[in-house]
Amino acid sequence: MPKSMSVTREAIAGDEADEATAERVAAGQVKELVKQHVKEHVKAGRKVLPIVEGAALVAALAAPLLLQDYLTVFATRVIILALFALSFDLVWGYAGIMSFGQALFFGSAGYGVALLARDLDITNIFLVLPAGTLIGLTFALLLGGFLLLGRHPSSVIFVSLGTLTGSYAADRLARGWYYLGGQNGIPSIAPMTAGGYEFSEGPAFYYLVLGILVVVYLLCRFLVRSQFGLALAGLRENEQRIAFFGYKAQHLKAIIFAIGGAIAGLAGSLYAFHEGFVWPNMVGVVVSTQVVLYVLFGGSGTLIGAVIGTVIVEGVSFWLSDNYRDIWPIILGVLLLLVILFRPLGLISFVLGERERVGSFGAKVKEKQNAAP
Amino acid sequence: MPLLEAAGVSKIFGKLTALDGAALTVGENEFHGLIGPNGSGKSTLMKCIAGAEVPTQGRVSFVNTDITAFTPTERARAGMSLKFQITSVLPSLTLYDNILLALQAQSSLLDLVFSRTRGALHDQVMTMLTQFRLADRAFEAAAALSHGQQQWLEIAMALAGKPKLLLLDEPTGGMSLEERRVTGELLQPIKKHCSLVIVEHDLDFIRDICDRLTVLDQGKVLASGTVSEIQANQSVQEIYLRRA
Repeated sequence: MPKSMSVTREAIAGDEADEATAERVAAGQVKELVKQHVKEHVKAGRKVLPIVEGAALVAALAAPLLLQDYLTVFATRVIILALFALSFDLVWGYAGIMSFGQALFFGSAGYGVALLARDLDITNIFLVLPAGTLIGLTFALLLGGFLLLGRHPSSVIFVSLGTLTGSYAADRLARGWYYLGGQNGIPSIAPMTAGGYEFSEGPAFYYLVLGILVVVYLLCRFLVRSQFGLALAGLRENEQRIAFFGYKAQHLKAIIFAIGGAIAGLAGSLYAFHEGFVWPNMVGVVVSTQVVLYVLFGGSGTLIGAVIGTVIVEGVSFWLSDNYRDIWPIILGVLLLLVILFRPLGLISFVLGERERVGSFGAKVKEKQNAAP
Repeated sequence: MPLLEAAGVSKIFGKLTALDGAALTVGENEFHGLIGPNGSGKSTLMKCIAGAEVPTQGRVSFVNTDITAFTPTERARAGMSLKFQITSVLPSLTLYDNILLALQAQSSLLDLVFSRTRGALHDQVMTMLTQFRLADRAFEAAAALSHGQQQWLEIAMALAGKPKLLLLDEPTGGMSLEERRVTGELLQPIKKHCSLVIVEHDLDFIRDICDRLTVLDQGKVLASGTVSEIQANQSVQEIYLRRA
């Protein structure tokens, strides 16, 4: 055993790229083999990301067929939260804007569509979902305009405290405002409708939100892999540098912040109709923090990481709260800390290399270029 | 009219007067060296020109426009480019994407979202990389480059937007002798379309590539003139001897 061990160690010593691998050898050769396999896979130019995305899609499509009804309802909620996580990932993972108040856009859209249903009897899916998206967009434009569009770049602290304050204030406002139902929020929202059809909890609602998630995911992927995505990468890595190239860095930030707000609004309106009620927590700091955790856990700066993070955090919470009723939040907290300490790029970094994570931009044109003689 | 004219520029940080009425004039297609002992205010003057610092007093004009109050973005759009003293290439991006990022800075938002300018910029990216001897590594991450190569990449990025004036803050810092020689060679061809202001400790390097020099000492201009005038200047020799 010592011989094979030392051979592996030498091989690793020669590999400057991954010092951490050396530690993992002690943990077991199996992991090492997996790692090697992944590496060879990457070296051969094969991409890991499409495989992960494909597997996730297959699993999501099959879920309602395999799960009991009450779990399909739970899975629907998780898919909606994954959509919400995408919005935060765009803003933080891709553009480097620390939004600690993403729930403001999620919750205000939830309240908005709840009011539409309660006061105006508007529940048509083709009206309420665009309305919720628009509410998220508008709030994000207002807050983003204030926080990001100064003459000089605003600091990360300023933006994170500003968004946090916005979310906190909205929470307090909702709690104190009778029209919004105060502490109790707005209960018994009528179901969302399409013509004569009512979307109630279950497989139909599940496939609806899954469809929306897939469409939004693809749009986000198109955006982050475009030349605009390259500008965002520059913004994230060195905002000052790209300003010296002549980029209007603040405008870029405000735009992506608004897009994030719109997606959060879409997610919030689906959430309101799925749960059938909205309450002040939905705009507050707790939900704002939750979405940060999903994305950090799964892997910020990868879209699939945000989705996987949401599924795992929510899934593990669900399971733990069933089996360790009293101490589950502590176990979950420790798990999250471990990931953030040892895998700052999230769980996805176990299979995804740095180069592929960063990726390239506007790639379709490049393929054409290469194809041309 | 000169391309760049800075006059009476002062910069005070609390009790420290970093610049005390410094002036600098750079003509078109001129390579201008900014030299002086440590703490003489070279980098501060450079930053005031680039917009990284706002002068306490004085005026900077560029292509007949007063740009004293311009932000860095506005200066870049007017045709001024800066290479930072500390290398600030984007390490996780490929060399190709680093250059593309610089080249596409003035593309419209829709062009960026639909990746419409990449095809047109491809040849320019490869030309820049070839010019700076980095083409064979185009699709590696910039972090994999040596320090000297990162400096070249950074100069290439600074030149990508076809600036009228390039500001270089210590481009050969940390380079080997051979790398310095190559850097000089790489800079020569840009003279046809671009002026250069260069802050540099390596006096041999600066003598080789510059047309004119300005010597700063304690925030003031001690002398300004052609390389041979400065070499013959008694007081310049004194400050360098005094502090050597």
